[in-house]
Amino acid sequence: MSLEISREFVDAILEQSRAEYPDECCGVILGPAGSGKALRHKPMINAAHSPTFYEFDPKDLLALYREADDNDEEIVIIYHSHTETEAYPSRTDIAYAGEPGAHYVLVSTRKEIAPSTEFRSFRIIDGVVTEEPVTIVG
Amino acid sequence: MSIEVRIPTILRPYTKDQKSVEAEGATLSAVITNLDSNYAGLGERLLENGALRRFINVYINDEDVRFLGGLEAQIKDGDSITILPAVAGG
Repeated sequence: MSLEISREFVDAILEQSRAEYPDECCGVILGPAGSGKALRHKPMINAAHSPTFYEFDPKDLLALYREADDNDEEIVIIYHSHTETEAYPSRTDIAYAGEPGAHYVLVSTRKEIAPSTEFRSFRIIDGVVTEEPVTIVG
Repeated sequence: MSIEVRIPTILRPYTKDQKSVEAEGATLSAVITNLDSNYAGLGERLLENGALRRFINVYINDEDVRFLGGLEAQIKDGDSITILPAVAGG
């Protein structure tokens, strides 16, 4: 288990998390169904507009899954930012994780570690969190 | 009457890995009861204390059932129901 992701996407996610600070940002990276490859970045709106919670708007969520189906894609990465805490799944992240096949990526832009950031990837299956190595390419 | 219900990955263990199943019922509540009788345990993943779980989204065609009366939403022959877990966290 590991995640390979291009530098371009990592930079875009970190930039989005700074732009939406102090709210959490969120989004997905899609890839061809069955490939596991993270190839198409799609930032999403955090409908909760909150520094401690994120949620895709239910209408956007349906549109996202329809679009993925139409393009024969799957959601490879689901990411969100933590603005004041480390990049590790919170209790609510674990409770609501509903995509057993996805990499759950967390980034942290908390000020204690600025200007550096954290970018980590996890599997969350049946309430069990497993961190996996991240390889940044390109 | 027959309704197509699209099942998300996380609930497919209940439907023998089928992405979509057929169900019957004139309301969402009846459809869920019907689903649970064919796919035991599925109902409990959708309902909590007799209400739809907060972080399960259910759509009839393109509309979120929360705007259609929730469990009392009327279902017509040929409607398509989509179940999606919310993408959310803290």
